[in-house]
Amino acid sequence: MIRLALAAVMTLCAATAQAEIEVQEVTSPGGTDAWLVETHEIPFVAVEIFFRGGASLDREGKRGAANLMTALIEEGSGDLDAQAFQIELETMAAEFSYDVYDDALTVSARFLTDNRDAAVALLNQSLTDPRFDEPAIERVRGQVLSNIRSDAQDPNDIASETFYREAFGAHPYGSDLNGTIESVSALTRDDLLQSFDDTIVRDRASVAVVGDITPEELGAMLDTLFDGLPDSGPPLPEDVAVGISGGQTVIEFPSPQSVALFGHAGMDREDPDYFAAYILNEILGGSGRQSILMEEVREKRGLTYGVGSYLVAKDHADLYLGSVASANDRIGEAIEVIRDEWARMAEDGVTAEQLAEAKTYITGAYPLRFDGNARIANILVGMQFTGLPADYIATRNDRMNAVTLEDINRVAGALLKPEALHFVVVGQPEGVVGTN
Amino acid sequence: MLRLLCAFLLLPAAVAAQDQVTTYTLDNGMNVVVIEDHRAPVVTHMVWYRAGSADEPPGASGVAHFLEHLLFKATDDLASGEFSATVAANGGSDNAFTSYDYTAYFQRVAADRLELMMRMEADRMNDLRLTPEDIATERDVILEERNQRVEARPGALAREQMMASQYLNHRYGVPIIGWKHEMETLSLEDALSFYDLYYSPNNAILVVAGDVVPEEVLALAEDYYGPIPAEPQLPDRFRSEEPPQTAPRRLVFEDPRVAQPYLLRSYLAPERDAGDQTAAAALVYLADLIGGSPFTSELGKALQFDSDVAVYTGAGYDGISLDDTTFTISLAPSVGVTLEEGEAAMDAVIAQFLADGPDPEAMERIRNQQKAAQIYARDDVQGLARRYGQGLTSGLTVEDLQAWPEILQAVTAEDVMAAAQVVFDPRRSVTTYITPPAEGPTEELSQ
Repeated sequence: MIRLALAAVMTLCAATAQAEIEVQEVTSPGGTDAWLVETHEIPFVAVEIFFRGGASLDREGKRGAANLMTALIEEGSGDLDAQAFQIELETMAAEFSYDVYDDALTVSARFLTDNRDAAVALLNQSLTDPRFDEPAIERVRGQVLSNIRSDAQDPNDIASETFYREAFGAHPYGSDLNGTIESVSALTRDDLLQSFDDTIVRDRASVAVVGDITPEELGAMLDTLFDGLPDSGPPLPEDVAVGISGGQTVIEFPSPQSVALFGHAGMDREDPDYFAAYILNEILGGSGRQSILMEEVREKRGLTYGVGSYLVAKDHADLYLGSVASANDRIGEAIEVIRDEWARMAEDGVTAEQLAEAKTYITGAYPLRFDGNARIANILVGMQFTGLPADYIATRNDRMNAVTLEDINRVAGALLKPEALHFVVVGQPEGVVGTN
Repeated sequence: MLRLLCAFLLLPAAVAAQDQVTTYTLDNGMNVVVIEDHRAPVVTHMVWYRAGSADEPPGASGVAHFLEHLLFKATDDLASGEFSATVAANGGSDNAFTSYDYTAYFQRVAADRLELMMRMEADRMNDLRLTPEDIATERDVILEERNQRVEARPGALAREQMMASQYLNHRYGVPIIGWKHEMETLSLEDALSFYDLYYSPNNAILVVAGDVVPEEVLALAEDYYGPIPAEPQLPDRFRSEEPPQTAPRRLVFEDPRVAQPYLLRSYLAPERDAGDQTAAAALVYLADLIGGSPFTSELGKALQFDSDVAVYTGAGYDGISLDDTTFTISLAPSVGVTLEEGEAAMDAVIAQFLADGPDPEAMERIRNQQKAAQIYARDDVQGLARRYGQGLTSGLTVEDLQAWPEILQAVTAEDVMAAAQVVFDPRRSVTTYITPPAEGPTEELSQ
């Protein structure tokens, strides 16, 4: 009845820790796939669902539809209005949360074993039969508009919005998924229903479940959970090139401290050099250990509380970004140091010792992530969403360890482009001038 | 429903799972708490000192937090930065945090690396070797941290002013990170005198949580922390207490960076006391009943559903505190509603609650959720570890922490009303309007 593809027990072996995460690939009688880690110590279940597409499925002129729609899912469904829906959740002590990002709409749920059937039925109702009552739409629209106004006065949001606009223009990535005052004000109930139908669809779902449930029970649960969802949605957006070039954009903002968001094009998650790029970033600006940027900007010069860099692998574009915040009279020096280190790394690469240290950290830290039902569910759904197989957990550290000094320094020379590095600076920076 | 960006306050969350906990005390007075969770081969190692910003000497605000940064510099055995580098080289992560009543250091590593963590943490309890260069550079870093956390955020600046007004005489009125003008003068001597006095085993709590055996943790603790001598001069934690507040206090905080006007009100409120946690448990319910959920709380129902007064309402109470804490409520008015109108509507809701008492069904839902929270808490062993550290540095005992879930289950409507009558006294309140300047850029707000 239930087809169980029990993947081999995957043992995470690292130099410093070993964890056994047994991922079962379950297909329900109705044909829905999910990954399961079965663990009965605590009587609850954590469920994570990603629906690919998210806010990038906003239709022309309807920017902000997916965001407003997502915020309205918890505002009632079926015969339950917003308050009745929430009372139902509180009574079961269950938690559902719905979020939307550029590439996905995500659902996180946890519920007690005692209430499992009722919780799953309610979750299904929220994903198939939303009410979108007019009073709820107006109330949540008011909250979204309030957030948009707050973002317009937040230096980090201003920097981010500016960078993405300059990098991606008219592509959905080029604008804030909240939408604008004008676009959100104009959204109708029909627009929200359209967004709902476009986004919450069966063939774009990734599902991970961790906790007190057997594969058989999960099979039945999946069919209840996905009953009534449409099979598919409209096409996803096209890939887009990073259209920002080297230089600086300065945006005047009244604050004693300037914030800077910087970056250029990144690397595709599926590129065979991605592991080398990942380690490279860990050394240059990663957050897990003392990076070169933290050493140079914070430890040696005291120019900031925090500086870091990160690879952003989106579905349709890839960025290599970083951020820093410094007093207005010091941000110029911080930017100069970052540019120098970026160039030095592109030119000289890393040392064998730096590579070995980074590998030890990265491979040692990996098994430490798998320490809670909710955390594991989140990792597993992310792996499916990224297209990684379940046995990736067992091979990932070997692939990190396989990166050679030659690999990483070749990647450093190709990926890091000091001349393409663009800084968006928001504040009253002294001696920092815009280039465009 | 969206949580607004100006979500000012955290909801309380306080539960404990006692079946996994073992406690000891070393001969030198250091407390040891071991929390077992064998689901993953991971351990969290924490040392908590009963010393926070409220223990600082006058004129040296921020020194507790400054010292926290400096503990990552050199010791007699480790070079500057080597502590964190060693943790990272073992695949772990580490950090530290400072609050009013405590300073804590933690590492998360593979369980078989616990001994190494203890060796290094015990080393820096006594053997720090600071240089003038460390002081100069790290002082710049904490000033940038203040820029980032406070100066760049009007909400944080307003909150500082509110706390300073709430606490006229107690050190909770001084920000944890310090006043800028005092941070600028912090010296090597300031840091060392705080360190020498407070960083001692008889002022510390070791919390080890994860895939460990309690007896083995105790043996390691005796090896590494056991030899460190107790500090004989350790002072009692005396803080100047608040005088009775006899008049409501009001602030108007204006900043052109405020996009969305809102108001915060704090009331002086009792904290969880050893052997006496009933009033605090009732306040946990009260916060939930008044402003917990935007859908079902009294403020949410009245001001976001039955009327369109507010885009955000909330209430918050955190009972873990050495001295009197605060109960806070907040509101962001809808477009077209003034702060004065929002405040009047909020006060009407409170008055109605004081007249009617809690909705019995809502009480039972909270009781049920608190019970479930016990189950969910077992999935987060680091959270459990933090709760023990916070509780034990804030005047509570292990017994108090373990009794807390049952005390929460036993809260009655009468308990809630008694607590509400005490807390909702306007004479114990500070009300703060956070708003752009009257002549400021109101173009978008006036639509």
